[in-house]
Amino acid sequence: MTPRRTVDRMPVVTFTRTLERHLAAPATRVAGATVREALDEVFRANPRLRSYVLDDQGRLRKHVVVFVDGELVADRDRLTDAVRPSSAVFVMQALSGG
Amino acid sequence: MSDAIHVATRKGLFLLERGARGWAVARVSFLGDPVSMVLDDRRDGTLYAALALGHFGVKLHRSDDLGRSWSEVCAPAFPAAPEGAGDAPTVHQLWALAAGGPREAGALWAGTIPAALFRSADRGASWTLVRSLWDRPERKEWAGGGYDEPGLHSICVDPRDPRRLRCAISTGGVWASDDGGETWTPCGHGMYAEYMPPERRDDLNVQDVHRLAQCASSPDVLYVQHHNGTFRSTDGARTFTEITAIRPSKFGFAVAAHPADPRTAWFVPAVKDERRVPVDGRLVVARTRDGGESFEVLRDGLPQEHAYDLVYRHGLDVSDDGGRLVMGSTTGGLWISEDGGDRWQLLAARLPPIYQVAFGG
Repeated sequence: MTPRRTVDRMPVVTFTRTLERHLAAPATRVAGATVREALDEVFRANPRLRSYVLDDQGRLRKHVVVFVDGELVADRDRLTDAVRPSSAVFVMQALSGG
Repeated sequence: MSDAIHVATRKGLFLLERGARGWAVARVSFLGDPVSMVLDDRRDGTLYAALALGHFGVKLHRSDDLGRSWSEVCAPAFPAAPEGAGDAPTVHQLWALAAGGPREAGALWAGTIPAALFRSADRGASWTLVRSLWDRPERKEWAGGGYDEPGLHSICVDPRDPRRLRCAISTGGVWASDDGGETWTPCGHGMYAEYMPPERRDDLNVQDVHRLAQCASSPDVLYVQHHNGTFRSTDGARTFTEITAIRPSKFGFAVAAHPADPRTAWFVPAVKDERRVPVDGRLVVARTRDGGESFEVLRDGLPQEHAYDLVYRHGLDVSDDGGRLVMGSTTGGLWISEDGGDRWQLLAARLPPIYQVAFGG
């Protein structure tokens, strides 16, 4: 078995497609062991995206939800939920905000 | 006389222009997005549009070509609060946008929900929270008026001296600064709040001012549409006198002050509190031309049967020369008057719910 490349062992962050009406938000492979670290990595490359996902205090916006491997994240304020190298992170809009 | 009208709605920003065949929608921007506020900056022709995206927060866009193209700039945001702070704020909505003085190129003021004032010195590229108002101890007693949190919805910049600011908050009364926002004084003596316990009735800080409008040529004259009445000041908002002659009711949200005649103003009365519809289902505008001593009820061209149009606090505007009025409703009706309100013409019947109307430069 051939060793997998490092990049394949990094979490992937995928954003709801409704964001594309406002700005580019492609799925991105990033480093990071927590939701916060993974998102910060995305925002470093795409700074404008930050305010669409997080509020003034760096919390998840009220009507944004994040799933890690199918599980809703528990810590919406500090984003400390763990992310594994193989994780799939989805940033979605909550129906409450529709 | 302005031949352009900006209409900020629940689902986009509409530009109407007057051409050879009359008024027509010339452009739609941000279709589908809530546009809470628009500013047509007379100093340099820049157009600003504030969005309140349901999921993705408050955004501010700027256009240098009257809305043909837009670029996103910075939106006002609260600084990060210390770790563990219980009520760390975030901006929910831009509820006021005003240009600074004629010689303060690029200077802007913004009012928000929750109630705060922000200043930009660079056409919205960056914003600073006006801490001198935010840190006032009275802020703890401001309360929601229509929204869960209090909001700053009116910013009057004195044309004689842009350091003289008058702001109004629902609910938090009227605040004055004469030094460009460095220090603030609560003002508005004479207003009263009949929804409060008797001992708090006259408290400046509890007044639910729905809208504050300033006469451009006589800036010491200001009109207030308040939750329980209408008021007029002739001393720069220090004191107000109640206007009791208004008909058909004293409740409403919008008020417009004639830019050249300090005795003329327009209101849009409605049934108060739980109902919030026009009196008897008839949409009317109340006009005074004698400083509130008497009123005319104007209805020519406005729907007079089963009309449930409510006009929000930014839903009435007067052109810079006082010649035209425009009014937009929650039902998506848009009307113009070209004779001071005597006769009205329907410009659009089915726009999305209208938050604000503003004449272009």
